[in-house]
Amino acid sequence: MTVGRKLWIIILIKLFILFFILRLFFFPDFLKSKFSNDKERGDYVREQLIQRK
Amino acid sequence: MILNIDPGIVDWSRAQFALTAMYHWLFVPLTLGLSFLVAIMETIYVKTGNPEWKRITKFWMTLFGINFAIGIATGIILEFEFGTNWSNYSWFVGDIFGTPLAIEGIMAFFLESTFIAVMFFGWNKVSRKFHLASSWLTAIGANLSALWILVANSWMQYPVGMKFNPETARNEMQNFWDVLFSPVAVHKFLHTISSGYVTAAIFILGISAWFLLKRRETEMARKSILVAAIFGLITSLFLAFTGDGSGYTVAQTQPMKLAAMEGLYRGQKTNGLVLFGIAQPGKKAGDGKSNFILKVEIPGLLSLMGYRNVNAFVPGVEDILNGGYKPEFRNVPPAEKVRALPVSEKIKRGKLAITAFGVFKKAKKAGDDVAAAKADSTLKANFAYFGYGYLHSPEEAVPNVALTFYSFRTMVVFGFYFILLFIIVLYFYSKNQLQDKRWLQYIMLWTIPIVYLAGQAGWIVAEIGRQPWVIQDLLPTRAAVSMIESTSVQITFWLFAVLFTALLIAELMIMTRQIQLGPKDGGTK
Repeated sequence: MTVGRKLWIIILIKLFILFFILRLFFFPDFLKSKFSNDKERGDYVREQLIQRK
Repeated sequence: MILNIDPGIVDWSRAQFALTAMYHWLFVPLTLGLSFLVAIMETIYVKTGNPEWKRITKFWMTLFGINFAIGIATGIILEFEFGTNWSNYSWFVGDIFGTPLAIEGIMAFFLESTFIAVMFFGWNKVSRKFHLASSWLTAIGANLSALWILVANSWMQYPVGMKFNPETARNEMQNFWDVLFSPVAVHKFLHTISSGYVTAAIFILGISAWFLLKRRETEMARKSILVAAIFGLITSLFLAFTGDGSGYTVAQTQPMKLAAMEGLYRGQKTNGLVLFGIAQPGKKAGDGKSNFILKVEIPGLLSLMGYRNVNAFVPGVEDILNGGYKPEFRNVPPAEKVRALPVSEKIKRGKLAITAFGVFKKAKKAGDDVAAAKADSTLKANFAYFGYGYLHSPEEAVPNVALTFYSFRTMVVFGFYFILLFIIVLYFYSKNQLQDKRWLQYIMLWTIPIVYLAGQAGWIVAEIGRQPWVIQDLLPTRAAVSMIESTSVQITFWLFAVLFTALLIAELMIMTRQIQLGPKDGGTK
């Protein structure tokens, strides 16, 4: 196998793992997944920042 | 109500980010530097028409390609982590972080990816000049990517150009140029890319030395060493120069980090720079123990480096905790123009700011504009200490001094060693004795892991030295993490450890194989 082909395989496997396994299953955006709009997100973060004092 | 955070989630989130960032930094410096070295070698080929230079260029370009392909997108995981593990931080920074990263994606990444295709696949398909231009634009694109990431990181170290909006709980960019040209951003960018250039120069030196040891491709090795050593000497001197600039900006903007870098607990005027030292194990602020078991310092140099005045007072950890000295930093808050506040007072003001933040929203909701205006005024007056409101004790404002101290020394000692190495290499090259000096060839080869160690040490100084802050003075790690289970972070920590280790092993295997094969026959063009 040429080095170019090896690298392309590594790139494709890596990108698949990053975007279709890690991103989807292990790294949801915390605020976007729990709240539907910016106002709710802002309110939540505000409460968190106040309560963690 | 006070929400207690599981310390495990803070520690594991930090550990995960550190692991990801350190692995990412194994791939990036070589991309930054080797891209320019390859462009320089190709320029020599185009200027001289000598096909040997094309052969040499293609060899190093192959190694560049391996590193680039395996390293690419390792940084994207850091962005995933912002959204999952550091949600309060991600929200709080607002568009300050988003803007540089968006520009990076649009400008640098597209520039890089477009021309890298021509660089790798365009040999014999496009003109020499177009190919050469593509190689230079790939290098410039890669370094522009670094610019925007480092601007974002610099804002964390020295938050400027923004205003906090209590309605949205976000920082809003007021002045893009303040963020882009902050002194921390300028010095950090120049110092970081220089470290990449030195890494690549040492890489070429070491691999070429291997060929000399094997008595193979000696002409290729000699030519490569000449280019790399000249490039390395210039950039390592610039690295030292920008390192001094970085030290100056750290003194001006993060005095606690500077104190940690020097293991300095009790400051003084005409403060010396520690050349070599063994820190007192278990030393804590205020315990009365000596800072060092052994110390050799250059008198007055820390005052000169930090304040451009050999007689300047440099505050130590205890001075910063206790306050009372006259601060000579940038953007000193009005309350500290004459005397620095003790951290205990900053904690009180921080709690006032956080409480006012809460009162503001309640008042707005109740339609009480007078109370809201009063709360907003209190918040603004104390916002500079917002993050201190989360500290439980002044001692939490102190980073890991020993780790910062030893990492700084590691970085600086090796930095000066690299300068010496380039000079020695060029000396023996000029005497045409390089091929005979096997001891020097072994040193060149074994300096490859040392340059990577130096790069990691530099980032440890930058990021451990700024603890407990995610954003200096405004947000500590405790307030920045998401409320998620620490077990989920542990799982992904180990997943990353396996994934990145596999990538690293793949890179080492593929790269050593290509090095063993050596340069291929050059073309006739």
